[in-house]
Amino acid sequence: MASVILNNLKKTYPNGFQAVHGADFTIRDGEFIVLVGPSGCGKSTLLRMIAGLEDISEGTLSIDGQVVNTIDPADRDIAMVFQNYALYPHMSVAKNMAYGLKNRKISKAEIEKLVARAAQVLNLTEMLDRKPSQLSGGQRQRVAMGRAIVRNPKLFLFDEPLSNLDAKLRGQMRIEIRRLQRELGVTSVYVTHDQVEAMTMADRIVVLNGGRIEQIGTPAEIYHRPASTFVASFMGAPPMNLLAATAAENGAVSLGQDIQVAAGADLAAGRKVTFGLRPEDVALVAEGGIPFDVQIVEELGANRLLHGQVAAQPFTVSVPKDNPATTGRNQLLVRPETVHLFADGVGARI
Amino acid sequence: MMTDTLTETPTLVQPKAPLLRWRVITDHAVLIVGALFMLMPLVLVFTTASLPDAEIVKHGLQLRIGDQLDDNFTKAMFETSGFTDANSGLVMLKNSMILGVGFAVGKIVLGMMAAYALVYFRLRFALFAFWVIFTTLLLPLEVRILPSYEVIQGLGLMNTYTGLIVPLIASATATFFFRQFFRSVPEELVEAARIDGAGPLKFFIDILVPLSRTMIAAMFIIMFVYGWNQYLWPTMITTDEGMFTLVRGIKQITQVLEGTNLPEYGRANLLAIIAVLPPVAIVVFFQSWFVKGLTDSDK
Ligand SMILES: Nc1ncnc2c1ncn2[C@@H]1O[C@H](COP(=O)(O)OP(=O)(O)OP(=O)(O)O)[C@@H](O)[C@H]1O
Ligand SMILES: [Mg+2]
Repeated sequence: MASVILNNLKKTYPNGFQAVHGADFTIRDGEFIVLVGPSGCGKSTLLRMIAGLEDISEGTLSIDGQVVNTIDPADRDIAMVFQNYALYPHMSVAKNMAYGLKNRKISKAEIEKLVARAAQVLNLTEMLDRKPSQLSGGQRQRVAMGRAIVRNPKLFLFDEPLSNLDAKLRGQMRIEIRRLQRELGVTSVYVTHDQVEAMTMADRIVVLNGGRIEQIGTPAEIYHRPASTFVASFMGAPPMNLLAATAAENGAVSLGQDIQVAAGADLAAGRKVTFGLRPEDVALVAEGGIPFDVQIVEELGANRLLHGQVAAQPFTVSVPKDNPATTGRNQLLVRPETVHLFADGVGARI
Repeated sequence: MMTDTLTETPTLVQPKAPLLRWRVITDHAVLIVGALFMLMPLVLVFTTASLPDAEIVKHGLQLRIGDQLDDNFTKAMFETSGFTDANSGLVMLKNSMILGVGFAVGKIVLGMMAAYALVYFRLRFALFAFWVIFTTLLLPLEVRILPSYEVIQGLGLMNTYTGLIVPLIASATATFFFRQFFRSVPEELVEAARIDGAGPLKFFIDILVPLSRTMIAAMFIIMFVYGWNQYLWPTMITTDEGMFTLVRGIKQITQVLEGTNLPEYGRANLLAIIAVLPPVAIVVFFQSWFVKGLTDSDK
């Protein structure tokens, strides 16, 4: 168990490509941090720098107060779970879990005890003698977890560990990993591009975009106060509606010629802004709202998605399942406290 | 993966049964003719080996089974010939074994280690080194036989197993195959081992070698047979009859025409049969490993 301090970490690959432009944050003891972002944003690179599998080009990384920049992965007291599990195919489940312990010169009896306990926690006791090729995907995943927890390291690192599982299993494993991590209290860094995983598992989320950190915050903060249009559109499904708008008098913004919405903003009239509204934060009303032309209704069971246009810009609304929904002209009621405003261009929150 | 590359293409819909039967018959006919074509010379050698030498000299190879099989076998295995009385069949069998196994093991060990260095270490000129090693494929021992002979003689390694085996080992085939194999081992596995505290040596021995075992088996078969069948190099490097290998020794026997003695054809033929058996046995035993090693990589 440990805290981790990333001090302006940068990574430039030998080919000159800079994958991480200065990551600067502290991971508290026992915290579950999720790194999330689109493909190629540098999540794995950052994680692998923490693991020691990738050299740090600039900045310092400390685990438990000790700078570990030049320390070998084996000596950082970390455990990693890989996307494809990386189980040793020729070793039994028990040997897979024991290998790291064996290399650390732990006695046979002790290893047996630790492996047995980890296997019990993960429901793998019956499979200890099997080879990885004789296991299902979910079981392999659990062996990979077992290999990590058996060593009781300071830090767990996960690189998209669930992306090879089917949706149902992914849901179960998500909960299981989180439960295990809580029980063991081991500080964890978890990489995913799945925002549902990020929202459900994280104590805090780090949103990355193009090698830069867009926002760090609890899932609630990320969802309710996205720091930029990127975060706003990346987190949340369906994503937040973002419309080009202009600030008007009295804290309102104008979306088009004759559509004005109260936004509770205090902006100079005429300033160009991006107006953001979550699909689930608006309600359909009979009259007096802003006009919304619905083109398609998507039935999702628990709710319906109405896709259409507001002020000639694409707009999506999510309504509960028993609300009537029809295509054609509808009226939207916008509550000012649900409106997000972002600076035009850079997309930073106002 | 590619497990099914060796299975025949399925013949799904065959409209009429008679057609199918004809195909089976022609298929088998072709296979049988092919098999006979390959086997008949061996059978002929075998039957001839059971005849007295005088008869062979008179009538040549024959398909008739005679009564000299026991006799010729004893002669072939235990009786010596030549000038020094050192090359009994048993001794030559032992020498061939040492050459075959020594060559195969040496080549695999060397090839694996070279491939390991090339694939897993950041060497400055790794690619260049690889291509240099690769060009040795264009220079088999037969091409560089004179300089190799000079070197071995200069080192005083004539008539030694070292002199017999080492120059043959120096070629790139094993390095090449192991390099391709190591490159297909997932990067994650290497990283997992690093985090598990396995240093370079441990990774090689605990992970890479066991992963390569089907590959090693396949290479062993190929290399053993290749080493076993060497003729030219052993002929040049061994003058001491106690160092003769089977393949080289058989020739020697048919050449011995002391005075009025007949060439011992029966004995030579039986030795030829014996010389064929170990490679065949190895291929039969390791056949499944062999196919697995070439087609499937168990990763
Ligand atoms: N060895 C390398 N050399 C050069 N560039 C690299 C190297 N590895 C990764 N990159 C680049 O660095 C960027 C970040 O890669 P990284 O693997 O961290 O992405 P990621 O966020 O994990 O993406 P994904 O979700 O697809 O796994 C990518 O643009 C990638 O092309
Ligand atoms: Mg990645």
